[in-house]
Amino acid sequence: MAEAKIKTPLFHIAKRDPASMKWYTGVIVRAVAVVAALIVSGVLIMLLANINPLEVYSSMFDGVFGTERRIWNTLQDLAILLCISLAVTPAFKMRFWNCGAEGQVLIGGLATISVMFFLGDVLPYPVLILVMIVASIAAGVIWAVIPAIFKAIWNTNETLFTLMMNYVAIQIVAWFLKMFVKSGSGVLGAMPEYGLPVVGGKQFLLNIIIVAVLTAVSFIYLKYSKQGYEISVVGESENTAKYIGIGVKKVIIRTLIVSGAICGIAGLLIVGGTNHTISTTAVAGRGFTAIMVSWLAKFNPLTMVLTTFIVVFLDRGAQQISTAFGIPSSISDIITGIMLLFIIGCEFFLRYKIVFTKHAKEVA
Amino acid sequence: MANNIKLECRGITKTFGSVVANKDCDLDVREGEILAILGENGSGKTTLMNMVAGIYFPDAGQILIDGKEVSIASPKDAFKYKIGMIHQHFKLVNVFSAVENIALGTDENKRYKLSAVTKKVIEITQRYGFMIDPDKKVHDMSVSEKQTVEIIKVLYRGADILILDEPTAVLTPQETEKLFAVLRRMREDGKSIIIITHKMHEVLSISDRVAVLRKGEHVATVNTAETNEAELTEMMMGEKVDLNINRSEPQNTADRLIVKGVTSVNDEGRKVLDDITFTAKAGEILGIAGIAGSGQRELLESIAGLHKLSAGEITYVDPKTGNDENLRNKTPIQIRDLGVRLSFVPEDRLGMGLVGNMDIIDNMMLRSYKKGFAFVQRKGPKDLAERIIRDLHVATPSATTPVRQLSGGNVQKVLVGREIAAAPSVLMAAYPVRGLDVNASYTIYNLLNEQKERGVAVIFVGEDLDVLMDLCDRILVINSGKVTGIVDGRTAKKDELGMLMVKSTSIAENKTEGEN
Amino acid sequence: MIAFIVSAIRLGMTLLFGATGETITEKSGHLNLGIPGVMCVGASCGCFAEYLYLTAAGENVSGVLAVLIPVIATLLGGALMGLLFSFLTVTLRANQNVTGLAITTLGVGISDYIIDKTGLIYISGATYFKASLPFASKLGSFGEIFLSHGVLVYAAIIVAVLTSFIFNRTRVGLHLRAVGENPATADAAGINVSRYRYLATCIGCGIASLGGLSFVMDYLNGNWEYIIDDIGWLAIALVIFTVWKPNLAIFGSLIFGALYIASSYIPGISFAGKELFKLLPYGVTIIVLIFTSVRSRKKNQPPESLGLNYFREER
Repeated sequence: MAEAKIKTPLFHIAKRDPASMKWYTGVIVRAVAVVAALIVSGVLIMLLANINPLEVYSSMFDGVFGTERRIWNTLQDLAILLCISLAVTPAFKMRFWNCGAEGQVLIGGLATISVMFFLGDVLPYPVLILVMIVASIAAGVIWAVIPAIFKAIWNTNETLFTLMMNYVAIQIVAWFLKMFVKSGSGVLGAMPEYGLPVVGGKQFLLNIIIVAVLTAVSFIYLKYSKQGYEISVVGESENTAKYIGIGVKKVIIRTLIVSGAICGIAGLLIVGGTNHTISTTAVAGRGFTAIMVSWLAKFNPLTMVLTTFIVVFLDRGAQQISTAFGIPSSISDIITGIMLLFIIGCEFFLRYKIVFTKHAKEVA
Repeated sequence: MANNIKLECRGITKTFGSVVANKDCDLDVREGEILAILGENGSGKTTLMNMVAGIYFPDAGQILIDGKEVSIASPKDAFKYKIGMIHQHFKLVNVFSAVENIALGTDENKRYKLSAVTKKVIEITQRYGFMIDPDKKVHDMSVSEKQTVEIIKVLYRGADILILDEPTAVLTPQETEKLFAVLRRMREDGKSIIIITHKMHEVLSISDRVAVLRKGEHVATVNTAETNEAELTEMMMGEKVDLNINRSEPQNTADRLIVKGVTSVNDEGRKVLDDITFTAKAGEILGIAGIAGSGQRELLESIAGLHKLSAGEITYVDPKTGNDENLRNKTPIQIRDLGVRLSFVPEDRLGMGLVGNMDIIDNMMLRSYKKGFAFVQRKGPKDLAERIIRDLHVATPSATTPVRQLSGGNVQKVLVGREIAAAPSVLMAAYPVRGLDVNASYTIYNLLNEQKERGVAVIFVGEDLDVLMDLCDRILVINSGKVTGIVDGRTAKKDELGMLMVKSTSIAENKTEGEN
Repeated sequence: MIAFIVSAIRLGMTLLFGATGETITEKSGHLNLGIPGVMCVGASCGCFAEYLYLTAAGENVSGVLAVLIPVIATLLGGALMGLLFSFLTVTLRANQNVTGLAITTLGVGISDYIIDKTGLIYISGATYFKASLPFASKLGSFGEIFLSHGVLVYAAIIVAVLTSFIFNRTRVGLHLRAVGENPATADAAGINVSRYRYLATCIGCGIASLGGLSFVMDYLNGNWEYIIDDIGWLAIALVIFTVWKPNLAIFGSLIFGALYIASSYIPGISFAGKELFKLLPYGVTIIVLIFTSVRSRKKNQPPESLGLNYFREER
């Protein structure tokens, strides 16, 4: 009689044993999450705009791969986002929450545009390009290394520090535009004549090649180099790192130099290789998206190509839907957000399993 | 007294993944008694009690309070049944005062008034003889004070069943005696007390009955008065074991490491090492005894070059060249290359020597990755990993298994194995048997003895005075960063060591013994 | 000068809502970087509700309802986003930073979508929010500075004071702080960590989104086109600036508000110079951040488990 009153939880959650997990479990769970997110987005669009979801998907696909030009655009977007993701990866692998890629890229872009703007007609073209490269990397490094130094010496919270640095960068760019654009409109006209060279007759080919090389180099750097190994050790356990004689402070600063340098390159590619001008929204939140891309790829540069592609596919696809069906373009942010939340959420099912409690009576 | 059964566990089973922590465990505790739960590390003592306290939920089995079956799904349920547990790692909020910590989660229906809580806390302290400042913030407290807060917290909630998980691990012998006095007073008050321990002499001195657990199963419960150490050990181990450490006489001793006047200050400006002087000799084991946090860690780290000295000299006599090397000017890597090895095992076993998420090979690489140009080489570490697995009988699926998934003993073997593999001339081991079962502990002691016989100067930081007295040739006692004595391991007395561990350091300065 | 102070107060109180909401969330151990998105969603929900109400009511608009309806819609919109965040971080144990950023992306998207969809630049109804005490204008500059504001401005101060009181003087506050400092301890003390985190996050997000509504109605006079995630990041900065204390945030928010708009009131400053002025709040926050970490005192530190999820059976 008393037993009937006992409340036993129906189920509880237990940690999965990674050793007993089949390799394909991860692929299946993630694939299910992606499909589920697509279905939810499809239904959402159907409800909002009254369109057949199948049309939505085919329209998305069309927006991404429909024409040769669109494919190039997709690849270009992929390259830029991947570049920023690669940039944040070493820092994140070290458990340094660099939320400042937005600012680091922007300041790299500002350095590029400054060189183009002030020195464009002064320096010969090859020297100009060289100065642009050096300036953009230096700017990215400076922006990343300031929080790193404070983190290394005083353990200043880097998440918040880097976040604030973003806005400092944005305001400096805003100041630059108001200061030097003579019309006072704050819009700087494009200066393609001072941009990075066009390779193979394709506007974006150079960007894509540079990022492809960076991806391979990052992969090797993180996996096979001594510095990559040190990053892993510091990320896993600072105490162990100290114990075996790794200079933790040095590694933090050095890694953020690498991180900032790649951000600087991303700024160079956006400003020097694509837009040939700058605005405060030139990075367009990709500094934050990159964090999610990198995290979802478990900081593996090769997997990152795939996760970047998912995000770019959604973004470009949603833009196509918006033009094709006359829905506000902000739908792309909504769909991207939904997809990210689904993939983030699905990690749970990879790390934990749900165990249903055997009731006492069954056992007794 | 008719001593009713207060708490009863029937057929409790709990698994974590593929690991069975408890299997079909039965247990009972009576009113007004102290029950000791004895078992090796990993025998499921803590897990079983965590289920009684509502931290875990059993996969199967029943828990009965006063003869009625109950379901304890959360710590809140446990309080409802007047069960309180004092965990090994204190569960206190650092920025809160003692009273705030005690008030946490209590008196949901009453008005929130800290002064009322303070009043009741003072009543409890007077009743059982505690000493505590109710307004002191936890981050300013000593370990013993924190433990006191934990116990008062449980009493404040009116607990009738108190569970203490290894309460003496962090206490000096004197503090332990005080704690036991308090526990006895609680027993007289009719409380049921369960004390989890693996220290035999404590079981015999405080408990009324002993429940022995082995590999997650309940072996037997016996009356303390009717048993003895040998019988309990046998029950605990499942076989008769010879618990003697073969201590050989030191051979060919020569000064290897001369530490002189070492002083060091921590980040908060407090002296953690104060004028430490001693010599470690080749071919002997030098033990270091002291209350947790007396400077043991800082001392070893200083020798290894990980800790800055504000004064003093550390001289290493190179056995190959006979030259004196001043370690103070060297980087940790240079010191290591000389043959000074630190095998430090902090509370979190994986926290310092090894990286839990990396596999055994990558962990071997921690020591060797600097070799060669730009890229890491995995061949050497792989061979070493396989050799250690073979020679030290490490139970692991493969060399590419993350060390986090290994059991405590095997983790320790990997760590000590790696340090020994470099053929050190000084081997420093801090708490190398912490968390290990008896068999694994003896494997480690044997490894240390082997090193000693090979002419290595071994420095061993231990917690268990019995082990220190059995293993070490000399024992250095450290208190608040000062050396309070160096005694011969063969003739040392336990209470003498205990006195040195707590001796007020001003007197100590005159009495510090130099060499023996 | 008076116009400057009035304006600084209005912007400041917007930020105060955001900071109070985020402080409540952070005290529970949740570092919610989704707050900029949450504030956007809340504001657009509130404005949209106002638009619907005003359209439906036609001539018979009740001033009370015209304030109450958007406020409720805002609270609900914000709390729903908070619920989403908590579901991911508490129930699904997802990484807080990543989840927060995704919430910001989603939130900004939803907010922009609602604004685009209605196709309105101005949302009318700001007059109801700005209705002030009738005698305020008669009391000269004193009246203008202290009494001329709409109801949300005073509400922000009340909420901040109340939150501060709850943190320090009530059991709920004690429990909430314990959950953010050391969830394992709170759990062992019988406090339901998940419930506290869910509730603190939802309530915090609801309060923060009132900041978004106040930004549109009090500061932008209904021009909701300019609702941007900037104010959310400023609110997060304000939380750090005022070391997790809502009562300090009342003054901190005034300083932030003043710094942010100061450039518009300083005579002779160029357009470019104004932009540099706007980085002051962030710059000041960085300095505070550095200062607190260098001093490394045990007081004034972030909650100990900020950003960490809690799982009882973790081992």
